[in-house]
Amino acid sequence: MAMSKETKKVLFGPILDNNPIALQVLGICSALAITTKLETALVMGLALTSVTAFSNLFISLIRNQIPSSVRIIIQMTIIASLVIVVDQILKAYSYEISKQLSVFVGLIITNCIVMGRAEAYAMKNPPMMSFMDGIGNGLGYSFILIIVGTIKELFGFGTILGFEILPLVQNGGWYQGNGLLILPFSSFILIGGLIWVIRTYKPSQVEPKE
Amino acid sequence: MSAKKETLGRTVGVVVAVCLVCSIVVSGAAVGLRSLQQQNAALDKQTNILEAAGLLADAKGDIAGTYKARVEERFVDLNSGDYVEKPSADYDMYKAAKDPATSTKLEGSNVGFQRKPNVASVYLVKDEQGAVSRIVLPVHGSGLWDLMYGFLAVDADGKTAREMVYYQQKETPGLGGEVLNPSWKAKWDGKQLFKDGDVAIAVKKNASPDDQFAVDALSGATLTSNGVQHTLDFWLGEQGFGPFLAKQPWKS
Repeated sequence: MAMSKETKKVLFGPILDNNPIALQVLGICSALAITTKLETALVMGLALTSVTAFSNLFISLIRNQIPSSVRIIIQMTIIASLVIVVDQILKAYSYEISKQLSVFVGLIITNCIVMGRAEAYAMKNPPMMSFMDGIGNGLGYSFILIIVGTIKELFGFGTILGFEILPLVQNGGWYQGNGLLILPFSSFILIGGLIWVIRTYKPSQVEPKE
Repeated sequence: MSAKKETLGRTVGVVVAVCLVCSIVVSGAAVGLRSLQQQNAALDKQTNILEAAGLLADAKGDIAGTYKARVEERFVDLNSGDYVEKPSADYDMYKAAKDPATSTKLEGSNVGFQRKPNVASVYLVKDEQGAVSRIVLPVHGSGLWDLMYGFLAVDADGKTAREMVYYQQKETPGLGGEVLNPSWKAKWDGKQLFKDGDVAIAVKKNASPDDQFAVDALSGATLTSNGVQHTLDFWLGEQGFGPFLAKQPWKS
């Protein structure tokens, strides 16, 4: 199937041009908390991508039936159900990671990206495009998480996905782990840095001065 | 946006339909995946017991096999300290503690729970030759936020601590949550639990590493440290595993 230009834009646009974290600054809370290791960042990105994609799909399917007075409640119901299903699947197939992610899987419900895409895109567009939009935004979120997770794990613990890259002093190597990077707030600095890099590369994202 | 969409009946209808579908999906997932999740929880418990047994590195990923070969679960009457038969096929000491028929009420306890089970599990760890090398005792008590569940591994002499592994706790990450920190856990190895028959182990500030009766408390987590202390006082004392550790029935 050849992708139309529109599909491509919807799918890949959110990675750099319209990144949910870097441009819209949504979903920061979980991005700060779970990026300490690359593995948790990957799983969280995957979980959020699937929830956003399927919530967009289902909401778009019934968008013409949803009464607008209760639309937010219906969106929340669908999103919450999907998040519970994802949480159950994680507990069944990846127990260790679900223990590490703990409450943050449940908190996908309150992640602004999911709600934001449902309300802004899925309510107005056909199901397949909404599904693609969900995947695209999930990828945009995962993209930032993976970069931050890689930097934090490499320079904080000297490992990538648990494999030793920079041998730590404690284990007889030469690298002194950067304790600052292990703490959640260092993601703030890293995400800030990423936003700066992206906006230097794409000056159109810079907000006009007020 | 037709006007028909906004009538009361239709709104209620759509909401009920969405809720019904969602609840079927959620309960379907929960029921369908339950057996896998319970398997994972059991494996997680075995992993923690093996960690307390000091066998996790040797297991090399084969948790269930190593557990089966090296760990034996026995049941102990807490009052007498003797072994008893397994009370029922699916006996769980934490469930038994809630049933008045299989538990005893505690008076004035500061450990964070009101009833203790009459029969508790212990896990005997065997070396290659089949002799008991460690005893893993399940312990629990209140921390700052909630009950903390863990395993205390005691040497075969019944007096020397080997490991203290918490597997379920809700303490503040970075403060009380440091009960999981490997360097804090390592402090337990070799500490003496009893002095002249009384519980002597203390979790206290600025404990010297050479003091064989003390473990350094967690900084910034006084209440968690106190919780660990109360947990050990209770479970090593007369009401807990004290009689069992004094009688040492694993030696006969």
